[in-house]
Amino acid sequence: MDKRVIVTDTIFDPLQEVQRFQNAMQAKGQFGACVTFVGTMRDFNENTDVQKMTLEHYPGMTEKHLSQIIDEAKNKWDILDAFIVHRVGDFKPGDPIVLVATWSAHRAEAYEANRYLIEELKSRAPFWKKETLKEGTRWVEHNTLA
Amino acid sequence: MTISVKFFASLREKLGIDEKQLAPAGLETVQAVWNKATDNAKQPPNLLSAVNMEYVDFNHPVKDGDEVAFFPPVTGG
Repeated sequence: MDKRVIVTDTIFDPLQEVQRFQNAMQAKGQFGACVTFVGTMRDFNENTDVQKMTLEHYPGMTEKHLSQIIDEAKNKWDILDAFIVHRVGDFKPGDPIVLVATWSAHRAEAYEANRYLIEELKSRAPFWKKETLKEGTRWVEHNTLA
Repeated sequence: MTISVKFFASLREKLGIDEKQLAPAGLETVQAVWNKATDNAKQPPNLLSAVNMEYVDFNHPVKDGDEVAFFPPVTGG
């Protein structure tokens, strides 16, 4: 199991997760920068109120591809480590959906690798969002632009 | 052995199929697996497919024991 990837059906605290992962890192003293991205569920999408969201995923393929994109980022940038947590199942507005954290000696690599990871996650990791609106449910057909 | 076929998200709901096991005889490509598993259903635009959890195109070969998956564009993050 890749400790750098967590897919969970329970609510998580992104900053606690960053701290927990960082406490277990071997590279203490080597990193000068940690960049975190937290994606949170909105209560609106395409001008409609969203009451609830359900996130489906492809167990196994999801984790495999998240590990792959972390490996790619480590090859492209001089980062010390990276960590991704992604929520699945039912959740409500305000809940964190995704955490991407990157560590490097200097900030530029951590920023760039972090952006790469979230964009690749959004285009490649097999997750699907279904929204519950006042009028019923709808599958999200495509991600919004960055 | 069999070929295991999975469908996800809106596609799973639309077809009413979650998972199917197919005998591998005569199934040489992902396209052939789609045709057999869905009884030749029309393919939605932007349909994605994976074999053993890697993205592939519809001409990709399949063999006994493979896991083939079909799903709409991904919307995580």
